[in-house]
Amino acid sequence: MSTTELRGPSDRWRVDFLLGAWQMLPLLISVIPFGLILGAAATDKGLSPLETMLMSGLVFAGSAQFVATGLWNHPVPILVIVASTALINSRHLLMGAALESHMRLFRSAQAYLALFFLADEIWATALRRAAQRPLTPAYYFGLAIPFYLSWLFWTMLGAFVGGVIAHPERYGLDFAFAAVFLVILFGLWKHQRRLLPIAVSAAVALLVWKLAPGVWYIFAGGLAGTAAAALMVRSEA
Amino acid sequence: MRLDPVALLTFLGMLAVTYGARIGGYWFVQRFTVGPRLKAGLEAVPLAVLTAIIAPTVLASGPAESLAALATLLLAWRLPVLAAVLGGILTVVLLRAVLA
Repeated sequence: MSTTELRGPSDRWRVDFLLGAWQMLPLLISVIPFGLILGAAATDKGLSPLETMLMSGLVFAGSAQFVATGLWNHPVPILVIVASTALINSRHLLMGAALESHMRLFRSAQAYLALFFLADEIWATALRRAAQRPLTPAYYFGLAIPFYLSWLFWTMLGAFVGGVIAHPERYGLDFAFAAVFLVILFGLWKHQRRLLPIAVSAAVALLVWKLAPGVWYIFAGGLAGTAAAALMVRSEA
Repeated sequence: MRLDPVALLTFLGMLAVTYGARIGGYWFVQRFTVGPRLKAGLEAVPLAVLTAIIAPTVLASGPAESLAALATLLLAWRLPVLAAVLGGILTVVLLRAVLA
């Protein structure tokens, strides 16, 4: 499609939406084994496929869903699961705050809908875009909607067919997310050549990962790297 | 198909804390004035959080993962995202076979 064909706002919406969906492709692929594994694990724990799909659709947070499934029992330890989810997803406080300055083209209702979909993958891809061009709602929902639907689909399929991929590490699939995030990190770093937040975050994340259970290391590393950048302001000014 | 009310209640609790975190930081920054220090911190959040997510895999899983991460970065320098990711996955599979 050439740009001269673009007439009205609906064309621009479609083009931006499709561009977002296209640029989400690597993550749409790398999420497949995780969705299948989560669905299979949930069935294994006694959740029905409907319950598994509802969890994916309502919560839409992979790592928290894995932990919740791991904790699942009868009776359901509801407070432990909700508290763990809150801890795991505390990093979204930082992520939403960082995205705010790039959401000037969003109406308020659009922004609050968009934030429902603030999974790590969508957030990172949106920021990569925002480093180059203003972030439009159409582009953001082009990332979010296919990713959301595929998460629903693959967890559901995993719930029905069980452990189709018994050893994802054999195919390197466990490395897929790290690879995607590395590439996105590299792209962001090209626009913002700062090593301090990266170095501090890596050191603190590794330390906390060794010492504390769960995914505390993400919040700890993220917060430490952020704080380091904030504290540098005085000496630079 | 079975839907246990306690399961639904659990999911709604998970939804509440997750959505709360996703809108909370946004809401705060929009509502309150962001000084230069907080601004510099927020600009560093993407680098810091992404680094923290991948740090254990890249730095502490073993030589195969660390070398594959290096290969992924070198590929990302010139190639599109999907090619770099597939190259990184291929590298980790090969290295695990060789180093095992």
